[in-house]
Amino acid sequence: MRISVCMKQVPKTTDIKIDPVTNTLIRDGVPSIVNPDDKAALEFALRIKEETGAEINVVCMGPAQAENALRETLAMGADNAYLISDRAFAGSDTLATSTILSAALNKIGFDAIIAGRQAIDGDTAQVGPQIAEILGLPQVTYCADVKFDEEKNEFTLKRQSEDRVQTLKVKGKVLLTVLSGSVKARYMNVKDIVKQESKAINVITYDDLLCDKATIGLAGSPTKVKTTFTKQFNTEKDLIETTPQEAAKIIAEHLKAQHLI
Amino acid sequence: MEYKYDLFNKMIEEFAINEVKPFAQEVDEKEMFPYMTVEKMAKLGLFGIVIPEEYGGMGGDYYMYIKAVEELSKVCATTGVILSAHTSLCVAPIFEYGTEEQKKKYLPKLASGEYIGAFGLTEPNAGTDANNQTTTAMLDEKGENFILNGSKIFITNSGPASVYVVIAVTSRNPKGVNCTAFIVEKGFEGFSIGKKELKMGIRGSSTCELIFQNCKVSKDNQLGKEGEGYKLALKTLDGGRVGIAAQALGIAEGALRETISYTKERKQFKRSISAFQNTQFVLADLSTKIEAGRGLLQRATQAKQTKSKTLAVDAAMAKLFCSETAMEVTTKAVQLHGGYGYTREYPVERMMRDAKITEIYEGTSEVQRMVISGALLK
Repeated sequence: MRISVCMKQVPKTTDIKIDPVTNTLIRDGVPSIVNPDDKAALEFALRIKEETGAEINVVCMGPAQAENALRETLAMGADNAYLISDRAFAGSDTLATSTILSAALNKIGFDAIIAGRQAIDGDTAQVGPQIAEILGLPQVTYCADVKFDEEKNEFTLKRQSEDRVQTLKVKGKVLLTVLSGSVKARYMNVKDIVKQESKAINVITYDDLLCDKATIGLAGSPTKVKTTFTKQFNTEKDLIETTPQEAAKIIAEHLKAQHLI
Repeated sequence: MEYKYDLFNKMIEEFAINEVKPFAQEVDEKEMFPYMTVEKMAKLGLFGIVIPEEYGGMGGDYYMYIKAVEELSKVCATTGVILSAHTSLCVAPIFEYGTEEQKKKYLPKLASGEYIGAFGLTEPNAGTDANNQTTTAMLDEKGENFILNGSKIFITNSGPASVYVVIAVTSRNPKGVNCTAFIVEKGFEGFSIGKKELKMGIRGSSTCELIFQNCKVSKDNQLGKEGEGYKLALKTLDGGRVGIAAQALGIAEGALRETISYTKERKQFKRSISAFQNTQFVLADLSTKIEAGRGLLQRATQAKQTKSKTLAVDAAMAKLFCSETAMEVTTKAVQLHGGYGYTREYPVERMMRDAKITEIYEGTSEVQRMVISGALLK
């Protein structure tokens, strides 16, 4: 069993401040982290490794500095790390990224792919499903729990939506996307921290992949970002200043009026 | 480029903040050995950092181990000293002086955290005057086992610990006694744990008396050469002092961190007390002393890692300076917190109590001055 885990290195968005003048993100000095949903994907993969001895390969597309995030996944217990990196990949939107990652995943080989639902810097939740479409794999998204039965070659998944949980069983080659809220990812451990030092990060470049230049980078990216702006909250509000007791009454009446309680 | 230290530091910082800090106050209040935390630490491999892989360890080094003690002590000095006593006072002498059989028998279980380790030297009448030992170890008639009689006091980790390195008198000479070290396991016939001390600080750390009443210890468990136990103990304490220096530095850093955030929030005379120059200058001085202490600690850690001959003095200086810095920083941290600092609602009160022991155990500050001046005047 070989499981590929898709991982993205992202800025720690909780530490990002917005420049009040230019309205853009201040990225300087913001630490980079392993995207939380991807960490959950790795956690599920590592649990399967503990039970079945599966080989865990972490795949990350990004600049050279993404090696830090890949080393962190090795220190958590992943077996191999692949960095997909090339100037030709710059400017890729989610479609081009999915094209590149699909080619890389094919080259590495896998029995299953686990990805995070979405990255905290883009929040699109598109890359996982697009990879599944490109590779022609069945996909189960929004998994809150992942179990694998080696004998039956079957995943049992709990798929979380806003108001319900579906339990699904899926056989064979599949792509899953998982949520970070449902699982606590493990810490790095001392043994794997020491071991990763002697491991190389496998770098995959454009020349290693079979993809058409027109489908990657800026040329392969139909998404055009016209503008970015800070979210404003413009909903009308009533401001009532009163005692806590009065406030509780007013809130309760409002909720009742809308049949929420 | 070495990534391992960056990764290790990130791991231990996150672990201390998320898993250790939330229980620090309860561990202190209830004088409770933090078994749950110890279990989590074991899972991450923290009890076997310095043990090579061939003995079931993690293959790390003293830089990592010392960083771990420091980070844990920033939030909970009790947890810091559990790791320090285990590693410096039990794992290290067994690894450095043990036979191949002893290493194979004990190190894997000490590395995995299945066994917690401890060290027994101090006796009621033999503290700094360690040559005044009265616990004896006599070979039995068949010459197969040593029979231990006597008691040890103030033994860190005793109770929860499964393995004890114990120093006992095996013969006498005109100047005093010849000591030998032994590995004693919990459960050996005639070995029991006595009174538990009620302490001012590090209250979650278990500190008890060890009692030996005709305790039978196989000759196979003699650690190092006969008659060289005192030397082994002193060398072991040289290493231990690096751990205590790290604990002290951690306490100081933790107290400073708490004080910085408190003085920014606390308002008096319509401004944060951090806006007053008195506060600013005190913080500046404390931070400077902490960084000076870090320099000494780094030098001592390197001496331990590289087996340098300067270890005894380097460790004495690091422990002396870091422990006295911890006492000063925590005292001033309480002062800057004012009345709130004196309450158990804020952690600086506990940190001040915890800091005091670092000036006392594994050689008092006075002993460290003896070691340093002894090297100067020899």
